[in-house]
Amino acid sequence: MATVAVKRKKHFNEIASFPNFLINGFFCFYTILCVLPLLLVIAVSFSDENSVLVDGYKLWPEKFSTGAYDFLLSDWESIVRSYGVSILVTLGGTLIALITMALYAYPISRQDFPHRKVFSFIMFFTLLFNSGLVPFYLLYTQGLHLRDNLWVLMIPMFVQPFFVLLIRTFFTHSVPPALLESAKIDGAGEWRIFAQIVLPLSLPVLATVGLFCTLNYWNDWFLSLLFINDDTLYTIQFRMYQALLDITFLSANSTAYSAILAQNPDYQLPTETVTMAMAVVGIGPIVFAYPFFQRFFIKGLTVGAIKG
Amino acid sequence: MPPTTEAVDAALRKPVRKTRTKQNIGYWKRFGPFYIMMAPALLVLLLNNYIPMIGSLIAFKQIEYTADSFFQSFMHSKWVGLANFDYLFSTTDAWTITRNTLLYNAVFIFLNLVIGVTFALLFNAMRNRRLAKLHQSVMFLPYFLSMIVISYLVYAFLNPDIGILNRVVLPWFGVEPIDWYSEPKWWPIILPIINTWKGIGYYAVIFLAAIIGIDQEYYEAATIDGASKWRQIRSITLPLIRPVIIVLTLLQIGRIFYSDFGLFFQVTRNSGILYDTTLVIDTYVYQGFIVSADIGMSSAAGLYQALVGFMLVLLSNLVIRRISKDDALF
Repeated sequence: MATVAVKRKKHFNEIASFPNFLINGFFCFYTILCVLPLLLVIAVSFSDENSVLVDGYKLWPEKFSTGAYDFLLSDWESIVRSYGVSILVTLGGTLIALITMALYAYPISRQDFPHRKVFSFIMFFTLLFNSGLVPFYLLYTQGLHLRDNLWVLMIPMFVQPFFVLLIRTFFTHSVPPALLESAKIDGAGEWRIFAQIVLPLSLPVLATVGLFCTLNYWNDWFLSLLFINDDTLYTIQFRMYQALLDITFLSANSTAYSAILAQNPDYQLPTETVTMAMAVVGIGPIVFAYPFFQRFFIKGLTVGAIKG
Repeated sequence: MPPTTEAVDAALRKPVRKTRTKQNIGYWKRFGPFYIMMAPALLVLLLNNYIPMIGSLIAFKQIEYTADSFFQSFMHSKWVGLANFDYLFSTTDAWTITRNTLLYNAVFIFLNLVIGVTFALLFNAMRNRRLAKLHQSVMFLPYFLSMIVISYLVYAFLNPDIGILNRVVLPWFGVEPIDWYSEPKWWPIILPIINTWKGIGYYAVIFLAAIIGIDQEYYEAATIDGASKWRQIRSITLPLIRPVIIVLTLLQIGRIFYSDFGLFFQVTRNSGILYDTTLVIDTYVYQGFIVSADIGMSSAAGLYQALVGFMLVLLSNLVIRRISKDDALF
């Protein structure tokens, strides 16, 4: 029979080499599409303003120049401060969010806790129904008076039901009840069990959720848009947003810019290239950190796909 | 003589009763720590979600700033029933934002599903695992970028004077430059491309995880029976990842009334000329409230979104339960 006499290939059930080649080619093309826009932004940021205005954006600088970065450097304080705000909010927010969520997930993961269903529902219901922007905004501004306060950038993301469910599932599946039982017999209290048994066993899920939280905090700009007016409290994302709206915003109140103008009244702000340089400064850390962390994200996603 | 059933029952009942009394007496002693553990998260939920839910009643009031604090103004303002809703639905805006929200999301869901599954199948078929991993990682990169960054990248392409499209790509085809940020008709094409480009890595990874989880024996049997690759995909892979596909799709359908605010606000640069094809409920509420300070109408729009969204989640969950009980959310 012809079908049985399959030629033994090196790998079982592989596709033929021509389609394989095609798939490869297609993915190479798509991969380039993913990276290309970033390269374009980098290229423009290193171009000379005039050549950009004449020839348009190019994937390779027509005329290499670091003028845009020189200008940003002259205003380095505000950028560094924005980085500081971003880092502070990201680290503080992630840390508190992780502790808060893990502490909530533990009781509702315990099968012997009679009210676990009630508290699961309290958490879960917020996914189903939300109040919308208006009451939320009024509470934080009129009720809590947190406008222009860094807490307002953190509190709304402390508890995210989906992550709590993820942590809870992990607790249920990877902490054997017998272990908790024996710890209790040995006289350990709930706090101690949580800190010394449950948490060390759940590091993978905490790492995953922590990474997602970090990303969410770092990339958030919406809360800044709503609540932050004071430009000393701008995160780097929000500063980028302002810069794209109006690059002169970067310089409007910058002493560096007025100093340059005083020396040279004809000085033209290199708006196009500075805008893109601002983007590069903002994207930098994410792109650098990406190769190290993407594995964990992809792993975390596949963990999250399994619901308990 | 064997013991009577009553004796056996009594013997069995005794320990049960003992444990029950033990539970009742020591409830707070035993579970008190749990309540302390849950307190911080409960506080955040109260602030973030439950108090604003009560605040949703704003939609039925006409807010007048009479008192010093907003809360007092809220209490003193008179109830106007559904007047805000009447006002909202008497405008053409209501129709526009509902249409845009639903259509865009429908297209997004369709593309995520079809392209996501296709990419996952292709990844799975690739011979070189290393290369597949590399492509997967790069494809995942846009998912990490905030919408602000995406809006920069898009701007580099669409900038009317010096963007890549108007300067390089369109001249290739001999097409006149297009003023992207002031012509609404192009955005129903642009936005799905951007949304897919950003999110496809995520969906491909999830579908691929499902495909990798399939037992290899099915494929071995199929190969022995002489099934082509095509046939294997149709008869083994797709049927076996069906639950994942259905659940992911229904989850998105449950959120079909909510849009990605960043996509519609940042990437379109909130350009008013484009509103006909780019205004969705989320951006409308933001515009109406933060920019125009029209509390009544925007809170009505927000509540309309929340209520319809709520019903859609319940509905999609009902459907999931019918299909596979394990994947239902509740």
